[in-house]
Amino acid sequence: MNQQQRFEPRIVGFLCNWCSYTGADLAGVSRMKSAPNLRTIRVMCSGRVDPTLVLRAFQLGADGVLVAGCHPGDCHYQEGNYKAMRRVLLLKRVLREFGIDERRLRLEWISASEGEKFARVANEFTEQVRALGPLQLEEAPAAVAEPQLEEVRA
Amino acid sequence: MISLTINGTRTEVREGTTILQAARFLEIPIPTLCYHPWLKPFGACRICTVQVQRPRGYELVTACNTPCEEGMVIQTDTDHVRQARRVVVELMMARWPNVPIVQKLAAEVGLEKPRFISEMRDEAPDACILCLRCVRICEEVVGACAIGYEDRGIKRKVVTPFHEESEACVACGACAHVCPTGHMKFEPEDYRGKPPEFLLGPNTAIHVMTPQAVPKVPRIDRESCIHFKTNGCQKCVEVCEAKAVNHEMTDQELEIEVGQILVATGYDLFDASVMAQYGYGRLDNIYTALDIERMLNATGPTGGQIRLKNGQPPRAVGIIHCVGSRDENYHRYCSRVCCMYALKFAHLIKERCPEAEVYNFYIDMRAFGKGYEEFYSRVLHEGVNVIRGKVAEVVQAGWSKQEEGTLLIRCEDTLIGKLREIPVDMVILCNAIEPRRDAERVARLFGLSRSPDGFFLERHPKLDPVATSSDGLFVAGCAQGPKDIPDTVAQASAAAARMLATIAKGVVEMDPVRAEINEEYCSGCRVCNALCPYEAIEYLEDKNVSRVNSALCKGCGTCVAACPAGAITGYGFSDLQLHAELEGLLAVR
Ligand SMILES: Cc1cc2nc3c(=O)[nH]c(=O)nc-3n(C[C@H](O)[C@H](O)[C@H](O)COP(=O)(O)OP(=O)(O)OC[C@H]3O[C@@H](n4cnc5c(N)ncnc54)[C@H](O)[C@@H]3O)c2cc1C
Ligand code: SF4
Ligand code: SF4
Ligand code: FES
Repeated sequence: MNQQQRFEPRIVGFLCNWCSYTGADLAGVSRMKSAPNLRTIRVMCSGRVDPTLVLRAFQLGADGVLVAGCHPGDCHYQEGNYKAMRRVLLLKRVLREFGIDERRLRLEWISASEGEKFARVANEFTEQVRALGPLQLEEAPAAVAEPQLEEVRA
Repeated sequence: MISLTINGTRTEVREGTTILQAARFLEIPIPTLCYHPWLKPFGACRICTVQVQRPRGYELVTACNTPCEEGMVIQTDTDHVRQARRVVVELMMARWPNVPIVQKLAAEVGLEKPRFISEMRDEAPDACILCLRCVRICEEVVGACAIGYEDRGIKRKVVTPFHEESEACVACGACAHVCPTGHMKFEPEDYRGKPPEFLLGPNTAIHVMTPQAVPKVPRIDRESCIHFKTNGCQKCVEVCEAKAVNHEMTDQELEIEVGQILVATGYDLFDASVMAQYGYGRLDNIYTALDIERMLNATGPTGGQIRLKNGQPPRAVGIIHCVGSRDENYHRYCSRVCCMYALKFAHLIKERCPEAEVYNFYIDMRAFGKGYEEFYSRVLHEGVNVIRGKVAEVVQAGWSKQEEGTLLIRCEDTLIGKLREIPVDMVILCNAIEPRRDAERVARLFGLSRSPDGFFLERHPKLDPVATSSDGLFVAGCAQGPKDIPDTVAQASAAAARMLATIAKGVVEMDPVRAEINEEYCSGCRVCNALCPYEAIEYLEDKNVSRVNSALCKGCGTCVAACPAGAITGYGFSDLQLHAELEGLLAVR
């Protein structure tokens, strides 16, 4: 990478369909500026975010991963966001094992009305990851399995 | 049946009928005073005296409490009767010469002036004439026994126990209602605890809520109904021929199964007393827009007339727009309806008090709808003054006699670039439309989202303004954001049409986003069973695998993420799809 150029981190955001994804939409509709570094993936619930998805993101070269869901008590599916919270806590420990700074994984509660918060989180997190610098993995961790494709084709 | 003759007319009556009732049935007049149809006959004033033929001579009896007897012969208008009534009235005139009902009786019996003066003479036109209707109704009908009398003979007096404010009084006003002289007084504001200008209009304990009420039937206000206080009264039950009044009814909680819901819970109004500089609740003659709506209403407390607290029409009215709206300190949004109803107020005030000056203080005049701009110019032509500028404060004007009760509006007139002080005697605050105070609770209940201003969030501001993010749940009206009636009706109609479309279709299309378990991979660990918030996953013991009931599954994907065997596919969001998305996203540096 050209040293003169500013480091532009690549961040993956898993956004819950009901709250955070709508919040991101609102930020857009309201013409709020937010960092283009965040590349979003819609999931129905933050509870859908499988740890392997996060690890795979890092493996594929993401410098940061954001998981965003509804505020506690507001989950469209009652309690998916609590499950996400527990998973993220455990996942941070796993990341340490892999030598990945746990600050590269962030969990946020963003409601459908919080377009402003979405933009703020996107900008803040981008700056935070920029400060951490590019993620350097020695070698792709073997533990992260390729997805089992057959099951879907079946 | 008993047969008798009154003034030569033969009649038959049921046993227990009094002479007065029988005479009234024949439309023969007999004057009464202490008698009241709701009360037990008392026979105290003796003005209802009539003559009954007896074997030897005649007897004078009181008609109100003498029961009819078989073969009675009654005269109501003989010299003896007239003489007896004259004496009764003369005694009353001697004591209460100025009471209208006594004067009327005197005229009826042809008495001009009493021959003597009572030492207990009371000149008041509303003197108590000791008919004791009040004491009796309080005991017999209301059942409160809050008043009684002391002493006897001419010294008798109606009093409360120990001459103190009676704790037993339920403030029903029945005593004042039956008092023939107006001695008993009842001020209606007492019983609602609110000054009369804010009364929702004259109401009794049983009333139709508003002229537009649906269903249009009377309701009983438990707080004012005497029956709930003393167990007595029930006059409404007596008079209702349909036997429809039922005091035992209580509120019921019903569970109704529905497939779709329209949330149209409306709005609340900004508490104008929060902006202390405008004096609401502190100074007299400062009203909110809703108070004025009530006052302008033909069924309202003033019958639609604009009145100051002292009952006079105002000479000058100031209408302040944007109270709590478009204000960084309260609500940043525009409440959308205020400019137009403020102009409506100006127009109506000009119409009902043509002498009054009207000033509208506005930040921007938002006459946005069809025909609205035209209405604005019409109001201008009617001579309403509009001043562009935010009002700084409303204060009490000087203390001279002339200025008493006058208010001063201090504002900046931004069109002439001057500070102005405008004297008025009435101020109307157009307070902001707010989300209802229970919006948070209602949002939780229905799983609705709210926009930053607190109103319920629609699915899409442009493409889907009536649906919400949950299927079958719609929003309309001010619950979704401030709007006027035409816009509310349009949105509500759209929502209703959307709901009817689903009903007409007869089937509900469900999102194909569902989970499915591949039984070949499933190890029967049952981790997913407990995770599913909808209990959509059942365990098949014979096969030792789990299975998703696709009618119950909502497709959240929690189980997909948790299955240690990777046996669950979340259609629409399968591992394959999400990983492909990831690869695509991260392919570009
Ligand atoms: C002072 C004033 C003057 C106005 N003048 C005009 C005018 O001249 N012309 C015009 O077009 N518009 C006018 N408006 C605006 C008009 O009032 C609104 O557009 C209209 O009332 C909105 O209708 P709605 O059905 O959304 O809400 P609302 O009229 O507020 O109705 C909501 C209803 O839902 C009920 N509700 C609330 N919560 C629940 C619950 N949890 N369960 C069951 N029921 C519930 C409430 O009791 C209420 O009856 C005026 C507004 C104000 C404040
Ligand atoms: S019982 Fe009927 S008549 Fe008596 S106060 Fe109550 S509502 Fe009125
Ligand atoms: S996707 Fe969610 S709702 Fe469907 S079975 Fe799995 S946990 Fe239950
Ligand atoms: S639906 Fe948003 S976190 Fe569950």
